[in-house]
Amino acid sequence: MAIFSHPMFIAFVVSVLVIAAIPGICSYLIFAERKIAAWVQDRIGPNRVGPWGLFQPIADGLKFLFKEQVVPNHVNKVIYFLAPAIAVLTTLLAFAVVPFGSTNTQNPEEFQWMIAPGVDIGILFIFAVGSLAVYAIILGGWASNNKYSFLGALRSSAQVISYEIPLGMSILGVVLLTGSLNLERIIEHQAQGFFHWNVWYQPMAFLIFWLAALAETNRLPFDLPECEQELIGGFHTEYSAMKFGMFFLGEYTHMITVSFLLSILFLGGWHFPGLTTLGPNTAGSVALKFIVLFGKMSLFILLIMMIRWTLPRFRFDQLMGLAWKVLIPLALVNLVAAMFVKHYDASPWWLTLVNVGLFFVPAWWASGPIGSMRRPVREVGVGAAARV
Amino acid sequence: MPMQAQDVRWVKEPRLSLMDRLYLPSVVDGILTTGKHLVKTLRGGEFTQQFPEVEPKLPSHYRGVHRLNRDEQGRVKCVACYLCSTACPAHCIDIVAAPSPWPDREKYPEMFVLDELRCIYCGMCEEACPVDAIELTTLYDLTGLSRQEMLFDKEKLLSVYDQTTQAGTDPARTHRGQLGPASEKAADVRLPNPQ
Repeated sequence: MAIFSHPMFIAFVVSVLVIAAIPGICSYLIFAERKIAAWVQDRIGPNRVGPWGLFQPIADGLKFLFKEQVVPNHVNKVIYFLAPAIAVLTTLLAFAVVPFGSTNTQNPEEFQWMIAPGVDIGILFIFAVGSLAVYAIILGGWASNNKYSFLGALRSSAQVISYEIPLGMSILGVVLLTGSLNLERIIEHQAQGFFHWNVWYQPMAFLIFWLAALAETNRLPFDLPECEQELIGGFHTEYSAMKFGMFFLGEYTHMITVSFLLSILFLGGWHFPGLTTLGPNTAGSVALKFIVLFGKMSLFILLIMMIRWTLPRFRFDQLMGLAWKVLIPLALVNLVAAMFVKHYDASPWWLTLVNVGLFFVPAWWASGPIGSMRRPVREVGVGAAARV
Repeated sequence: MPMQAQDVRWVKEPRLSLMDRLYLPSVVDGILTTGKHLVKTLRGGEFTQQFPEVEPKLPSHYRGVHRLNRDEQGRVKCVACYLCSTACPAHCIDIVAAPSPWPDREKYPEMFVLDELRCIYCGMCEEACPVDAIELTTLYDLTGLSRQEMLFDKEKLLSVYDQTTQAGTDPARTHRGQLGPASEKAADVRLPNPQ
């Protein structure tokens, strides 16, 4: 039957499967997050529903679905209902061009493990759609007509727009070296060997991308839009039941996408030396590639969760300072270095040198004379007492 | 009030070393710390108590449900002196005294009702009692279906005494001074050894 092998049909089936799988994966990620949070704090975590609490996500999901939908009177109803839908939609859309298993550009006939294979603007598409996600937060905060929601949304817009710049600039070096925006080609460029992984050439870009991605997904230590201590719940204060669940779903899907991107752009995607290599695929190698890529992704998610319980939240001026005064200049220097390497066809190991320099030199400079600033403190003793 | 210029003292921030300025070593250090806790908990080092299945071990001076003590003959020890209800900041103790039927004391409580819902469990009644008749036990999971049920009368409070004595969870005496004649004999409840 011709219709079953038509690329449109295959894309349809794969997208239905992915859309069906992602909420399940997300709810178990939330479970994993709660468990890890508990373990880090010397607790046990959810353990009442099912063996080891494994059915907790199902109970949570049912609770989200059947809870009363509280819609405050003062909200702008259309935008209020639109915002959570945008949150899920944009993050799911961005996932369309992310390979989550074996891909092979040499043999396009083969089944490609992504929803839309062969998209030549892949990474560009992800950033274009991914930056739409901030609309969900801004619209949600605005429509709620609540000052805390609005403050959260404002913070979020400033934060996401700032961090989009280092995020995009840090991967430009990778794109330049590969010569393609296509994520499958970026993987294959790295799949030539263990030391072709981009993380060896651009460790600093890797760090910048990771930091900016943490800020993009509103994860700690950059979760200012929803910081509970200052803003109640931030932009989702007025949301309840499944609408809140959809914001949650969007956040975790974003986290999955970012973890996939980190492993694809910098850690060789499905490539692992000795296990998975370029070339024609067998059923076994397809499964291995899937496992390798999933393993890398899970590792990043685990690290992101561990970072959450390790670092305290940034102050807002520190957050902006980090983006504009540190990450953007560093990413820019890295980009210029990548241009030089590309132009003069130099060994990419020069980039490693530059990146290591980018790591140490600013720190060395900052620990010098400019590192210690004069700051005012309130005099507690003499002056205050003398005036009374 | 605006801050005066002479109140402002300028200080130099302590200079961070190169290692501090790199930040990454400190972050890795922090992740190792959280990781250490994670591994420790996975190996069974958690502090969580599985409450409904495992009863907590409460210290014997815990202030839970009250009891009225009995003397060695099984009579209520209370001499209806009203010191506890006078000391009570929540006014939850209601006593009606009557002439004692026994020769060793003048009065005894004909009625002794303690409202467990009003009580704030401060323990001042047991400190006030001159004969160690009222004490707070380690029973912590007190529930009831009506307010009426939570008014503990003399019989109920005495049954709490029987229950806790049988279970071996006698509370630690908080008051061990000069006691009245009605309590001389029963003052031999030992404080638990601090070790």
